[in-house]
Amino acid sequence: MTSATNVPPGAQDAVSFYDTDPHEHPPGQSTMLGFWLYLMSDCLIFAMLFAAWGVYGGSYAGGPRPSELFELPLVAVNTAMLLFSSITYGFAMLAADEKKQGATLGWLAITGVFGLCFLGIELYEFSNLIAEGAGPWRSAFLSSFFTLVGTHGLHVTFGIIWLVTLMVQVSRKGLIDANMRRLQCLSLFWHFLDVIWIGVFTFVYLLGVLR
Amino acid sequence: MSAPTNQHQAVDMESHAHDRGTSDHVDGGAAHGSRGSYVTGFVLSVILTAIPFGLVMSGVISDKSVVAGICMVLAIVQIVVHMIYFLHMNRKSESGWTLMSLIFTIIIVVIALTGSLWVMFHMNQNMMPPMNPTSAAEMSDQM
Amino acid sequence: MSDTLLKTIFGRLTLESFPIHEPIILGTFIAVMLGGITLVGAITYFKLWKWLWTEWFTSVDHKKVGIMYMILGTVMLLRGFSDAIMMRAQQAMAFGANEGYLNAHHYDQVFTAHGVIMIFFVAMPFVTGIMNYVVPLQIGARDVSFPFLNNFSFWMTAAGAVIVMASLFVGEFARTGWLAMAPLSGLDYSPDVGVDYYVWALQIAGVGTLLSGVNLIATIVKMRAPGMTMFKMPIFTWSALVTNVLIVAAFPVLTAVLAMLSLDRYVGTHFFTNTGGGNPMMYVNMIWIWGHPEVYILILPLFGVFSEVTSTFSGKRLFGYTSMVYALLVICILAYLVWLHHFFTMGSGASVNSFFGITTMIISIPTGAKIFNWLFTMYKGRIRFELPMMWTVAFMLTFVIGGMTGVLLAVPPADFQLHNSLFLVAHFHNVIIGGVMFGAFAAINYWFPKAFGFKLDPWWGKVSFWSWVVGFWVAFTPLYVLGLMGVTRRLRHFDDPSLQIWFIIAAVGVVMIAVGIAAFLIQIFVSFRDRERLRDWTGDPWDGRSLEWATSSPPPAYNFAFTPVIHDLDAYYDMKTRNAGRPLTGFRDIHMPKNTGTGVILAGLSVAFGLSMIWYMWWLSALSFAGILAVSIFHTFNYDRDFHIHADEVARTEEERTRILANAAAGA
Repeated sequence: MTSATNVPPGAQDAVSFYDTDPHEHPPGQSTMLGFWLYLMSDCLIFAMLFAAWGVYGGSYAGGPRPSELFELPLVAVNTAMLLFSSITYGFAMLAADEKKQGATLGWLAITGVFGLCFLGIELYEFSNLIAEGAGPWRSAFLSSFFTLVGTHGLHVTFGIIWLVTLMVQVSRKGLIDANMRRLQCLSLFWHFLDVIWIGVFTFVYLLGVLR
Repeated sequence: MSAPTNQHQAVDMESHAHDRGTSDHVDGGAAHGSRGSYVTGFVLSVILTAIPFGLVMSGVISDKSVVAGICMVLAIVQIVVHMIYFLHMNRKSESGWTLMSLIFTIIIVVIALTGSLWVMFHMNQNMMPPMNPTSAAEMSDQM
Repeated sequence: MSDTLLKTIFGRLTLESFPIHEPIILGTFIAVMLGGITLVGAITYFKLWKWLWTEWFTSVDHKKVGIMYMILGTVMLLRGFSDAIMMRAQQAMAFGANEGYLNAHHYDQVFTAHGVIMIFFVAMPFVTGIMNYVVPLQIGARDVSFPFLNNFSFWMTAAGAVIVMASLFVGEFARTGWLAMAPLSGLDYSPDVGVDYYVWALQIAGVGTLLSGVNLIATIVKMRAPGMTMFKMPIFTWSALVTNVLIVAAFPVLTAVLAMLSLDRYVGTHFFTNTGGGNPMMYVNMIWIWGHPEVYILILPLFGVFSEVTSTFSGKRLFGYTSMVYALLVICILAYLVWLHHFFTMGSGASVNSFFGITTMIISIPTGAKIFNWLFTMYKGRIRFELPMMWTVAFMLTFVIGGMTGVLLAVPPADFQLHNSLFLVAHFHNVIIGGVMFGAFAAINYWFPKAFGFKLDPWWGKVSFWSWVVGFWVAFTPLYVLGLMGVTRRLRHFDDPSLQIWFIIAAVGVVMIAVGIAAFLIQIFVSFRDRERLRDWTGDPWDGRSLEWATSSPPPAYNFAFTPVIHDLDAYYDMKTRNAGRPLTGFRDIHMPKNTGTGVILAGLSVAFGLSMIWYMWWLSALSFAGILAVSIFHTFNYDRDFHIHADEVARTEEERTRILANAAAGA
């Protein structure tokens, strides 16, 4: 066997067994797929939180019910914030594709502001609920509500931290390949959070109020 | 995951493996949107968000289960809209691996969600039967 | 200092938290300290710290990360196995007036720690380590897709292990059983730090497991050598792919359910409490949605190992390759449809129980198909009974019985009798030891020569083999018997003296397994000592069939100087039969990732974060969390992550190999 592996090239068949003329691999060719797989795993965390909401959504333990607590106009405004931030992130990506660094940074900043508004409204809602005595410790219904909505909010928070980091990096290094990849990853993350929010406002707020 | 899909996948991957390194794209096959597609997605999302909020807040339809049904259907439609226009899902990105992983995830999510609800509600009915006799009769029907 | 100040700084950590009044723990502590000081002293004396740091701890080379996983698994095996010996000794003596030597408080921690350590810090590191080492070599890649992430994943797993080990000497571990079932694990029934140790150890190690899952999927999908289509992928790589899909789709569920448990404990929510609308059964439901796929996460990679070993040592192509792949894919979905069979007795009623009973019986079909494929591969083969093959045959005989007792438990009425009994304990040890441990030993004996360049000593290997296999049956057959007699698990003391003989036999079995573990350690020591006698210069000691045998042993940092081109499922066998030689000239610079210490730093901060959360030292939690965030962000500012191995150096390495191969050929 050993001799077989040691024949000089040319003595072998015409079939090639080694790529003797390799090209440099572009770095980060797996990044988008890897990040997408991470998002899929995140999906399952939210699936479990939705399952908890499904099981506990009616366990009021003698406490307040969704229709007494949820203010749909506020939720509608919040939904609008997230939706606006989605399209502004889209515009940031389009600007980045056209290599317009200033426009990219501008749209990213606007996205971040919308994200902060969303978080602000959510915190206002949470503090109101807690002040009314409807904190997460009141009943299983409120535990699952705060955990599900709070986990989404936590994701938005990390998204904003990431966005700011990325803005610094883009302004320092420009729209180089590595930064483009990062922008695309954050794009997936940001739009993914919007998809989760569709589930939240439908199943938690709208169907909760209908209950 | 059927056999033909996999074979097709395999062929795709082979050609991809051969030409890797020759392309200068950093995106590894991720698709891009255009201004038009982002705006289309945004408008559709606004409509698909406004309808359920409107229905619930105005109370036009009195039957709550109908409203709930409409909301859920619209939510699913809107998720698909986001997937296509914002996340640029298509059959080609990453040679189909993103779509396949998404489908697998959806299967697992559906199993875990519906399974948990089925198991837990069945147990609640079985172990904590309601006190009044009519609903007890309903329960035994379902068993 | 005032009490409040002390409380602010140390949280609930006080001098009483150190179990100095428990002689067993104190003895262990002293022994561990002496051992630790000797080890640290030796490393310092031989000036090895710099070498360890630059060559190993910060290494992003998948081969070194893989070996570090195996070392972690072996060290933790010793800890987990000491727990097993303690339990067997306690149960063998605690009859009637004899209370044994462990109090209930300690005994409950021992069986919990045994389960947690064996699953999360022995079996998982072994499985991940083997996949890490072998997969990139088998697909002809230079490294995994995300080499830094790989190093980070390892250190997060190690951080989890450190937290579990800390519980031995500071405070206590959970007394809840390995899944920390609610409401026992809630604050009402477990107010101390035990469950918090459990939660944070698993959450931190879970980050590592998940990321290594993502990493390996991306590697297998994107980094295969040209020509390697999905259906030309080695079967071990296929099983690794399916395993990692299961990891990515299952571990988030564990993360979510443990997060809810910790919210119950830290914030006062009502997910799994008896009051406030909570429902403890939801915990059971959710943790088994993770728990059942976890079973397959552990066993599938080893199925891949057995397939490779059977094919190599029978000198034949694997029988039914395509059916093996489809069996894996079917298991991948079905693994998510059987979780309720772990709690048939919770009371969901007949329709639910029948559904899950039937799916459980169905999932045994693809597994059975695999057994037949291995048998047909061996049929008419020229079988060489080397150590890996011996472990494989022992696995087939042992695992089939474990599988059949599993199908028996899948029948809900039978399960109502056997639930929570020693029969169940015997069943899952039968599949985990007979499948995962035997598989790990097969893999270690099979791929060790690849990793180190010399074979493992066969004589000590055989001592280890026979002690393990015979010891396993002596230890667990009595548990089947006791289980059928109705003895439940996790008992510390018995009244019926007629049961004692069975526990004594089981204790004898565990001593035999102890001999097996000792022989395994001696085997490794002897092999390092006699490495020149056991040396393999060819890189292909077993007449292998897949790509990892095409390179030298140990492989160079870049694995392959030129990327192989694949034409056949058994790629290297194909090369050998068609006399394909590796190119000897025209080397290029090779692009490689740089080492980094970020993974070690982040894992260290995570340990600080976990421990401070456990002990309520909130200032340290805030500080270490901010540290984790800052280090992560700082790391992303480093764009300079690669270097090139110069073509001259590649040429030198490859010429050396050419010379060695020529010598070996002349010598043979």
